[in-house]
Amino acid sequence: MRPYARLGLLVVAAIVGGCATALDESETAAKTAAALKASFRPAGQAGLDRLEQDETQRACSLAAGKAPPKDVAAMIEQTNLATIRYPADGKLLGDWKNGERIAQEGRGKQFSDDPKGPVGANCYACHQLSKGELSFGTIGPSLYQYGKLRGNSVDVQRYTFGKIYNSEAFTACTNMPRFGHKGILSEQQIKDVAALLLDPASPVNQ
Amino acid sequence: MKAVRAAVALVALAIAPSLLAQGSTADEIAKYRAALQDGNPAELWEGRGEALWKQQRGPKNVSLERCDLGLGAGVVKGAYAQLPRYFADADRVMDLETRLVWCMVTLQGYTEADAKKNPFGNGNDRKSDLEALTAYVTSESRGVKMNVPMRHAKEAEAYRVGEKLFYFRGGTHDFACATCHSEEGKRIRLQDLPDLTTAQGAQKAYTTWPAYRVSQGELRTFEWRLYDCFRQQRFPELVFGSDAAIALTMFLARNANGAPFDAPAIKR
Amino acid sequence: MADPMKIRATTLGDSTEVKVLMSHEMETGQRKDAQGQTIPAWFIQNVIVTWNGRTVLSAQWGTAVSKNPFLSFKFKGGAKGDRIAISWMDNRGDKRTDETVIA
Repeated sequence: MRPYARLGLLVVAAIVGGCATALDESETAAKTAAALKASFRPAGQAGLDRLEQDETQRACSLAAGKAPPKDVAAMIEQTNLATIRYPADGKLLGDWKNGERIAQEGRGKQFSDDPKGPVGANCYACHQLSKGELSFGTIGPSLYQYGKLRGNSVDVQRYTFGKIYNSEAFTACTNMPRFGHKGILSEQQIKDVAALLLDPASPVNQ
Repeated sequence: MKAVRAAVALVALAIAPSLLAQGSTADEIAKYRAALQDGNPAELWEGRGEALWKQQRGPKNVSLERCDLGLGAGVVKGAYAQLPRYFADADRVMDLETRLVWCMVTLQGYTEADAKKNPFGNGNDRKSDLEALTAYVTSESRGVKMNVPMRHAKEAEAYRVGEKLFYFRGGTHDFACATCHSEEGKRIRLQDLPDLTTAQGAQKAYTTWPAYRVSQGELRTFEWRLYDCFRQQRFPELVFGSDAAIALTMFLARNANGAPFDAPAIKR
Repeated sequence: MADPMKIRATTLGDSTEVKVLMSHEMETGQRKDAQGQTIPAWFIQNVIVTWNGRTVLSAQWGTAVSKNPFLSFKFKGGAKGDRIAISWMDNRGDKRTDETVIA
């Protein structure tokens, strides 16, 4: 993909240009790659392909917890925006009750998980959503009253669906997974989670 | 009594919903942890590990009492506070677990596969000798200040690789260690997360492993902590005693330098 | 064979505090394994503590006591050097006795 190739070039330029000890850096990178290769084995549904980074993962790893350079960030967002597939039927919201179950479900994609078992979004691990659930994490912002504060326009629905589908399209190097792009959630599941956030009847908006 | 312990836990859980202020929930959990401090079952592992250390075992029928953990043959006191480190005989940086395997192979004559075959125990039928030995050796560093060396080039290299691994994002969810462990005061659900990028955060986290996990009824080592973090990161399985495991341990242990070691601990 | 108990007994004034850690699965009989089979109950049933041969605590336990139980209690009397012996027996008939002296 062309945008990805360009992103790769930008990342290389950032290392060579921004770092006086580029040689050290590339040696450490090589040693790290070797260590990764030698230190993991496939287990359950998790193969070694999970250690092969795409350009977004590579660029964000290089940023090492800080914001990436502006041009890299812009390229990451542009590249990821291009991956979002909006529903063919034009309906962006599903059933908030299913969305709540998906938001609560922490299983899925771990090597210890049944590959045929449920795959959730585990939203509550990082976000506050409905007021009734006290066991919520704080890595992401509170989403309580998400829809009440933003309304339920088509633009808001499209942003919400897109953000869940591929969060990197809107905030480069965010902590949030790319649920649609990486095949974690199905289109229907994303619609259901979007409904949990936007449906006026959802506990999130009470 | 255990029944009392269970009662304390119930009280903590019962109070939680009525207190909307999250600080209070955390306080109650802290009280629950404090109630668990007295009578830490980790001592059962320490005792078994000490017996294993002194017992003549393996094809060569010798004990581990001549094992060099970095401070000279047979010196256990304070050894863990200076690990991982470079060992010239192995020409490799080793963490405690890897070094124990090395001694079981070179001194006692086990094959490496045999020595490593049960790193994490599971119940009564599959007790892990390595966990017990680790509990014993680490208990002999309680109160000793962390002082992980970085004199040898390979120690410095392990640290740099460990740092890279800490920020390495991959898998289906794009997670790195840093995703959850690079900001102060964050939680997953109600579980507080240490910020491992600050000295204070690394110290608090690193000096409290190994730990008896009440929820599992097992003593868990630092290698287990890394193994299970990667599982939740949706990575493949971390190989016991691997370069990545040792490099990450080096990065975190070194960042914990200066703090008194305080384990085996007890955790939820 | 079960692992040894970890026992601490100390006197303070006229009372002696005994703390014991026992290594036991304490399986409730309520859990199922990965195949969906019930894991049979397996737990310590009787605990007896003696001080120089005299019983100071006798307890009947059930499945509500957790894995690797911790028992702590006090009794009047007891002096440095006195013998404390603790015995347990589980529902399979396995038993274990360990001793210590009061410090």
